[in-house]
Amino acid sequence: MYSQSSYDGKSLTVYLKGEIDHHSARAIREATDSLIQTNKPKSLRLDFSGVTFMDSSGIGLIMGRYRMMNLYGGSARAVNVPGALERIMNLSGLSALNIIEKRGESCEGSE
Amino acid sequence: MKALNEMKLSFDSRSSNEAFARTAVGSFIAQLDPTVAELSDIKTAVSEAVTNCVVHAYGDSIGKISINVKIIDSNTVSIRIRDTGVGIENVKQAMEPLYTTSPDDERAGLGFAVMQSFTDGVRVNSKVGKGTTVTLLKRIACRVNNG
Repeated sequence: MYSQSSYDGKSLTVYLKGEIDHHSARAIREATDSLIQTNKPKSLRLDFSGVTFMDSSGIGLIMGRYRMMNLYGGSARAVNVPGALERIMNLSGLSALNIIEKRGESCEGSE
Repeated sequence: MKALNEMKLSFDSRSSNEAFARTAVGSFIAQLDPTVAELSDIKTAVSEAVTNCVVHAYGDSIGKISINVKIIDSNTVSIRIRDTGVGIENVKQAMEPLYTTSPDDERAGLGFAVMQSFTDGVRVNSKVGKGTTVTLLKRIACRVNNG
């Protein structure tokens, strides 16, 4: 589920929480897309620090938001990804897009 | 295959049961004292298999999903996930990474790739109109037991 979000006029951060599977991804997707359409942010940050489980539905979720943000001319990143989720993130090929930041890494906010 | 211990589950193909299924399988396997990573691997693979049943086997209708878990020996587990849904016409193609029949639903096409990567063996038996059986084999590493 998504618990909360913050928007600073430029960047929208959605804090994800708990387990992401095919069932829970639907609500996250709807809530996130509605926030994107309302705020039209330049960048979207999906914060995974509170995520305890994720299957490939989470990959679909990231890819879908990435595409949507691209359509709006913005960017999307998955940030604070816990070590336990690294394997599935790597398997997806998303790492090749360079939009996954592990927990502890930070290359945002430097612009 | 003979088993040291065995459990069976049957439940409706509702997406709300995906979490129940992987948690129940994880709880049963906990008696082998798996590592956190091994348990997470199993739960992820089971979640993929059950999601396939919910999304593809039964689509908009609701059917039964059955799971049979066998502890073969102190470090091998076999998990069979079975549905009686539409079946898969071309199993080889369905197992190709990124192949999906539901791109609109944001399915990444990684279900079988995850199962293969997170377990030690995936076997798929399917008959169009009859259903699909996925069998996952997972080895749990022997750990030095001090207690």
